[in-house]
Amino acid sequence: MGNVLEVSNLATYFETRAGTVKAVDGVSFAVGRGEVLGLVGESGSGKSVTGCAIMGLVDPPGRIVSGSIKLGGKELVGLDDQGMRAIRGKEISMIFQDPMMTLNPVLRIDTQMIEAIDAHEKTSKKAALARAQQALEKVGIPAAADRLKAYPHQFSGGMRQRVAIAIALLNNPSLIIADEPTTALDVTIQSQILAKMQELCADSGTALIWITHDLTVVAGLAHRVAVMYAGRLVETGFVDDVLDHPLHPYTRGLLRSLPSEGIPGQPLEQIPGMTPSLGRLPPGCAFAPRCRNATEICHRSSPEGTVFPNQRLARCHHPFDSVAQPVGLTER
Amino acid sequence: MSTESIISMQGISKRFTTPVDLAGRLANLLGANHQPQTVHAVSDVNLAVIPGEVVGLVGESGCGKSTLGRMVAGIYEPTEGKISYQGKDMRLMTQTEARQASLSVQMIFQDPMSSLNPRMRVIDIVSEAPVYHGIIESAERGDYVATILKKVGLDPVFMQRYPHQFSGGQRARIGIARALAVNPKFLVCDESVAALDVSIQAQVLNLFMLLRQELNLTYLFISHDLGVVRHLSDRVVIMYLGCVVETAPAAELFDAPNHPYSQALLENVPTLKLRHKRFSSIKGEIPSPMNPPTGCHFHPRCPKAGPRCSVEQPVLRPISTGRQSACHLNDGGVG
Repeated sequence: MGNVLEVSNLATYFETRAGTVKAVDGVSFAVGRGEVLGLVGESGSGKSVTGCAIMGLVDPPGRIVSGSIKLGGKELVGLDDQGMRAIRGKEISMIFQDPMMTLNPVLRIDTQMIEAIDAHEKTSKKAALARAQQALEKVGIPAAADRLKAYPHQFSGGMRQRVAIAIALLNNPSLIIADEPTTALDVTIQSQILAKMQELCADSGTALIWITHDLTVVAGLAHRVAVMYAGRLVETGFVDDVLDHPLHPYTRGLLRSLPSEGIPGQPLEQIPGMTPSLGRLPPGCAFAPRCRNATEICHRSSPEGTVFPNQRLARCHHPFDSVAQPVGLTER
Repeated sequence: MSTESIISMQGISKRFTTPVDLAGRLANLLGANHQPQTVHAVSDVNLAVIPGEVVGLVGESGCGKSTLGRMVAGIYEPTEGKISYQGKDMRLMTQTEARQASLSVQMIFQDPMSSLNPRMRVIDIVSEAPVYHGIIESAERGDYVATILKKVGLDPVFMQRYPHQFSGGQRARIGIARALAVNPKFLVCDESVAALDVSIQAQVLNLFMLLRQELNLTYLFISHDLGVVRHLSDRVVIMYLGCVVETAPAAELFDAPNHPYSQALLENVPTLKLRHKRFSSIKGEIPSPMNPPTGCHFHPRCPKAGPRCSVEQPVLRPISTGRQSACHLNDGGVG
């Protein structure tokens, strides 16, 4: 298979005093070369923890309990610190929501970029500097040679995020994980960043996992979408399929509660209740208490992932689409 | 217009000035030339809101929308211009009138956690203002708070709890309950749903619409989210760097924006319908309000700018009934 990343049955739990929090519970997906996967969910759905688990950034009390993460065929779960360090920043890069968290405020941009190159290969300082400048030019920072000497606070929010992206791209990773990188930005700036990311990934064949709560961004950017709820993937599929004909009631609820899709002035269709606490999930389907179609079985047993035509998957006892008949059950 | 409007602003400006600090003043003694820094947060805005209307105020960060909202709510004094409440200049009111007016205009903030006192119980948060202003007696506050909590969709049994014991959506409702407690006529909502998850945001937006009908409220709804504004507003005002660039009925604006900035803004809003879009965008960054560009503030980023735009600042002029736009294209061209 030509998949850059294959995640199967990934489970990441946090042991807390209040009990085990199953932040990620049996998540499986794959991303191909040059593909953009939108990982969508509300706060507390486990989407960021999934991203961090792939990067090997889950700290105690959290740990990867089971499952496998394969990057280009190589297993990442159980890899020692040294092995993970060689991969992080080289094969997989991550872009965070707040670039000020990624960038060191007391170091100049050039120092930080050269450091990122040095960590993975031996080059002369001159060559590293040239590569850093190239990377800044690639993400559209004007006067890159001068800007290399600037400190992070001398950049605007949008420009800072571009620097973070440039650093992520430095070592030509095969996968970039972007965790809400445009959420804090203004509309016109967000659009500039999205345009850049789209172009860069298409050119270099880098796979991209775009973690977001914003379905509208995913609609424009991603090829495939994976919707998470309470630590589980509830639905995956191609963007057109999932957004036009959602199988899972949660996906449909999310789509219908978007104000931009409603009729102005009319009440929005709302999902009643709120996201459950991950420490105290209901015994059956986690969405059942909020679901209009829930029946007795939903409250009793958690649904398995069901495969539908066109590489779709939904985890629901009563999926919507009557046209798409399930073709079989996954192993889990 | 001003007689029937509930709030009207005429020529409102707000400037924030940072005085020269001690080091700067010492340096000035030695011949340096440090000037006080002035931010033109809002410059010369005229806006009238009629009772029952929902006005959406849209713009990117630093455009002055929050400052404008705070001036309406009486948190900031305008540097220039006058604000009238029900046709009466706020500055010429007697003390009682002014208090009445400022009680009638309430504000709901973005982050409920930073606007609710973490050490106060919900009952105290909601009842503090009405008791102080003599709307209710201290003895009846339990019943009063219960009715208000019911109105915003919260169970009255929660009233003895502290803000941290609630979820984000519930906290937003507490913020709304606090504002409603003094029987306002006009609510200024500053990014009130921005921090909420989509499914919770829909619940709160529905609450806003319900309250508008039930209590006959007027809203100034400030948001950067055009989807939210489109859904809620009757009329939309778009601001850029302290100036209003376009105002129009919501439906007309979203169908056919007139100002190049409005066009760019609408074009760049991601929607569900646009799949695998080639994101393309207007160039450049939002300039600093510390020294805005000459002429039209938008000209360095505008795809249609001409020589006139960098020299002459366009004024807001009517382009059709109920619509105004500040662009030279509507007035003899950019040449």
